[in-house]
Amino acid sequence: MKCFIGIDLGSTTTKAILMDENKDVLGRGITNSRSNYDTAAAVSKQEAYIDSRFTLLRRELEQSQSGMVDIDAFLRDLERNFRREQFMEQLQDLRRTCLEFATAARFKDKEAAVREALDEIFRRVADQAGALFQPGAERKSDFFRDIAGSFYLAVAGEVCKQANLPFDQVIAVYDKAIIEVENRPPTADLKGKIVRGLENLLTEAGEDRMSSASMQQAVDRALAVELEESYVIGTGYGRVRLPFSKEHIRSEILCHGLGAHIMYHGTRTVLDIGGQDTKAIQVDANGIVQNFQMNDRCAAGCGRYLGYIADEMKIGLHELGPMALKAKKQVKINSTCTVFAGAELRDRLALGEDRADILGGLHRSIILRAMSIIARSGGITDQFTFTGGVAKNQAAVNALRELVDENYGKVTININPDSIYTGSLGAATFAYRAVMEH
Amino acid sequence: MATTDQIIQRCQSLFEDLHFTAAREWKAAEPDRKVVGFMPIYVPRELIHAAGMLPLGIFGGGDQIEVIQGDAYYQSYICRIPRSTIELFLTKRLDFVDGMLFPSICDVIRNLTGMLQLIRPDMYAHYYDMPQNYDDRVGGEFYVNELQELRHDFENLSGNEITDAALRVSIVLFNRNRELIKELYILRAAEPWKVPATEAYLLSRAGMLLPVEDHNVLVESYIKAARSADRPRRDNCKIVLSGMFCEQPPLNLIKSLELAGCYVVDDDFMLINRWMQEPVSETGDPIEALARAFLHHSTKTSATYEPIEADKGQYLVEAVRKSGAEGVIFAAPSFCDPALLERPMLQDALNAAGIPYIAFKYAENSGQMQPIREQAGTFADSIKLWGENA
Amino acid sequence: MTTVATKKIDLREAQKDQSMEKQKEMIAGNFTRLARAPQTGEKVSYTFVPGNINELVMCFDMVGNFPEINALQMGMRKKSGNFIFDAERAGHSEDVCTYVKTDLGMVYNGNIGPTGERLPEPDILLLSYTGCFTFLKWFELLRHQYKCPTVMLHVPYQGGGKITENMRKYVVKQLKEEVIPTLERISGVKFDIDRLREYLRESARAEDDLVWVLQTARHKPSPIDAYFGGVYYVGPIFSAFRGTRDATEYYRLLRAEIQARIDAGLGPVTPEGNMGEEKYRLVVEGPPNYTNLREFWKMFYDDGAVVVASSYTKVGGVYDFGFRHDPEHPLESLADYCLGCYTNMNLPQRVDMLVNYINDYEADGLLINSIKSCNSFSAGQLLMMREVEKRTGKPAAFVETDLVDPRYFSAANVKNRLESYFQMVDQKRRAA
Repeated sequence: MKCFIGIDLGSTTTKAILMDENKDVLGRGITNSRSNYDTAAAVSKQEAYIDSRFTLLRRELEQSQSGMVDIDAFLRDLERNFRREQFMEQLQDLRRTCLEFATAARFKDKEAAVREALDEIFRRVADQAGALFQPGAERKSDFFRDIAGSFYLAVAGEVCKQANLPFDQVIAVYDKAIIEVENRPPTADLKGKIVRGLENLLTEAGEDRMSSASMQQAVDRALAVELEESYVIGTGYGRVRLPFSKEHIRSEILCHGLGAHIMYHGTRTVLDIGGQDTKAIQVDANGIVQNFQMNDRCAAGCGRYLGYIADEMKIGLHELGPMALKAKKQVKINSTCTVFAGAELRDRLALGEDRADILGGLHRSIILRAMSIIARSGGITDQFTFTGGVAKNQAAVNALRELVDENYGKVTININPDSIYTGSLGAATFAYRAVMEH
Repeated sequence: MATTDQIIQRCQSLFEDLHFTAAREWKAAEPDRKVVGFMPIYVPRELIHAAGMLPLGIFGGGDQIEVIQGDAYYQSYICRIPRSTIELFLTKRLDFVDGMLFPSICDVIRNLTGMLQLIRPDMYAHYYDMPQNYDDRVGGEFYVNELQELRHDFENLSGNEITDAALRVSIVLFNRNRELIKELYILRAAEPWKVPATEAYLLSRAGMLLPVEDHNVLVESYIKAARSADRPRRDNCKIVLSGMFCEQPPLNLIKSLELAGCYVVDDDFMLINRWMQEPVSETGDPIEALARAFLHHSTKTSATYEPIEADKGQYLVEAVRKSGAEGVIFAAPSFCDPALLERPMLQDALNAAGIPYIAFKYAENSGQMQPIREQAGTFADSIKLWGENA
Repeated sequence: MTTVATKKIDLREAQKDQSMEKQKEMIAGNFTRLARAPQTGEKVSYTFVPGNINELVMCFDMVGNFPEINALQMGMRKKSGNFIFDAERAGHSEDVCTYVKTDLGMVYNGNIGPTGERLPEPDILLLSYTGCFTFLKWFELLRHQYKCPTVMLHVPYQGGGKITENMRKYVVKQLKEEVIPTLERISGVKFDIDRLREYLRESARAEDDLVWVLQTARHKPSPIDAYFGGVYYVGPIFSAFRGTRDATEYYRLLRAEIQARIDAGLGPVTPEGNMGEEKYRLVVEGPPNYTNLREFWKMFYDDGAVVVASSYTKVGGVYDFGFRHDPEHPLESLADYCLGCYTNMNLPQRVDMLVNYINDYEADGLLINSIKSCNSFSAGQLLMMREVEKRTGKPAAFVETDLVDPRYFSAANVKNRLESYFQMVDQKRRAA
């Protein structure tokens, strides 16, 4: 079947959408944007293909009336096993790369000991990380770097101590290797990994879930569907760095506008708060962009502002929102400058103000900046859609609802759980139109 | 007799009231009353007053206003005062204002004139261009004609003729006001513990919001109360503040300076209330009198041109000497062209005169006082040490 | 549409070179004259572009130096960054105008001008305070440095949207009572009003041709870029050459070259040759960025965007609504010239002008290049943008850079916005 791909190369994450001939979204993929945008694009695209295969498999299972009671659970388990395959493959790559870096030139007479230690580290990482893919286990992130990095760091200390090796240097080997591994294009053997994942699953679960034959057939059918990549459109901040010709690139403004329109046809104003920029877009009834404004040179009011605050408070970015929700009173943060806000935060903490209250104020402050960008673009007149990473932050969403209500009265505010894919959805739709409507 | 606390409390509530209730009430008290707002740095309030209107000083929104719409109009590299001023207008807090004067202080305030002309086409918004040529025959002639035009505009706006007699009455009242403020500054320079910086500030700010008649009474009674009040004298150093003539610092900042060990003995807050260094002539042609006073007795500030190089910065050296200060604190609003462009020249003048100084920037909504307290505290300590060793 | 035989282009290139070469010679000649002033004894006046009274200065045989032009030249030569740094280290705030800091940095470094020749100290600072508060302090700072005489010409701002008789009289009076006597004293040359009339007559000729050139952008495709090309076209008339035969000759040459482009159906010439197909027609408000001028320009012509009118090319004089220097009313017309410069116009006037340009030149919309250094331009631009959008129904884009501060030009950022803007215009057009 013909399929259409949209890739949104953002400053922190890269997203891909695979759309089929019926304009249905078949799969979504996301990865961290890295120094190498080509790889980020390739990885996100592959993730979208993986997701599409699972969608096709779901369809097969639903149609085949195979008698499977809990398709969701089966797919979850299959994906888990698939991820293990994928993880182990990349871990092996990382191990090989680390060993390549562990040269005599670097470690002199300790070379052999280092190589031995690396083997031991990777043995332990494989063991421990493998547990993450057990049934019922929870993974905080599916990004390889996050999982491998945290385990490597955890075990390397002990191994180095035992082997009396310099910890810093062993970490340096990892730091070098991970960049290389992460920036290597993913291997193509997608179907193989799904098949092996299925085998693992069957061993793990025994034969009682359903007849393996009918399941096997469903998987085979799903894997047999040919996904013909008809057209790709790239967008996002890093789009100029994509190896695409001009016709295959659209500005993120157009893509976000169209993406939001596809999600909610009534949308007239879109606010996107991403890592590097904030944009307000006005679209007409057909998703055509009428006007837009982006944040000025000042980064205050972007996702990065919250990142900076999280760093400043030494907590995770995802912990900010929940903590801010506990605010009991409104603290006014006056500094619009990101750096000054950090200083103001310290000042207020030193004065004994409550952390949650301050964070509540910071969330309001970031949304205040967004409000002025919305105003510059022409304000809010009708249905309003909020997208981007910050739309996942409930404290920010609450502040937005409050301020929109105060300034523009009652309007519908849409926030899609998949809002992070808005740009890539618009891009995929442009890809579809380039082929099907031309 | 009212105590300083009572008086200052009244001033503080006027200062905090961003709905300008006092001015609204003044306007509502009689039909056809009009209010004309003005921004720093100087306007002839006498003309507004003589037309039976209330001059109302608009000095930004301070640190208590949440600027939402105002930010939509300004890039990040422009100071705060026009943002909060626009916010005050857009949030209808100034909907009762019938006219606005924007003095020639800098390009940002200048352009704000045009912004208000576009945003509030129903309102009289006038750019008040002061001559930078101080010759009677040249700048003077221009200025007299500008004042006549303004007089004419105000007559139209108020519906009242501005007679010479009425204008002379106004001049007398504002002369009195300037005299009282001068007295207040002299008292503070001599006995700064009796007139805390925030009190002098709030008292001055009240003068931007009240009819001059009321303000004169207020200042008079404050001076009386302050003289007789028994307040502890602290071991503070005396400093002159420079750079705060337009965008206002948060009250907390002024308080912080004093807490850090600095008595403020002179400043450039609200220069309008002592712009004329000499009384305006109360006889003869009142327009001529206002023009002559402006040309020859204006205070010097960063926002005006200094024709004589040797005099550059001498006003600040003079202010230090007159007030018995031991140093200068330059505190300029971020992105303030007049204050920041002028500063190196003022610092050279201070260097030549051997006067120590420090410099920092603020915004009307600055939230962190710790660094300012530290700098001011260190400055005060170093002045004391230096004084002891000298 | 623009593919023309190579040979033909060569011909045009040769013609293009004529005006370019002429301007280069003129500028180099002035710098050499400046450098030799200490030997020749010619008196040197420093003055600003907006509200410069060049014809009057010429009456006193003085040679003119323009600190703004030196600063922008230093920006184009990538030298401004270090000068700004030096000025900031010497105590000038990071918040203030980078033209001023580039100029002061240059002075601290021996006052070596853009051509590598040392610039002479001023015999007089002719402070024409027109449309920019910073000018006032800039020359106070230079006076502080040089301890030289200064003469102030205060040009009132058109706060009410018009030039009043009082303003005109004030400027004329300052010319008579302050400027002319001071220049006589400094130069030792007696003022001759007939000489001034002659120069003004020459100015008016050049002005006619300049206006003709700028208005050719009404053609489709436009034969000129009225912003990136425009900054070169206004070079002579905004500086030491207004009123000279050289300027008249320059504009005569330029006019002929542009006529030839029109005849050949050519678009503007860019640093990379003739521009491709004209896809977007824009009006630009605000000065350009000089440190990355070519890179900035490329973002336009690569996407087929041409600027058909700009406000920046009016900072040194607004001529396209009829004003000309007038030998019959010499001092009055100098006053009107000063009072009429773009940054001396109030915001409603500026909005009117931009709306007029968008309609008159059939532009797709407005682009504002907002300059950190220049509050005179920048304060209020976001409101102007809204007003222009409202009144024309055409979309506007907003980018931020600086005149000569390389720290303030983010190519990726600017390109992203421009591309998004062009694509939006394109999409809207298709949808229509």
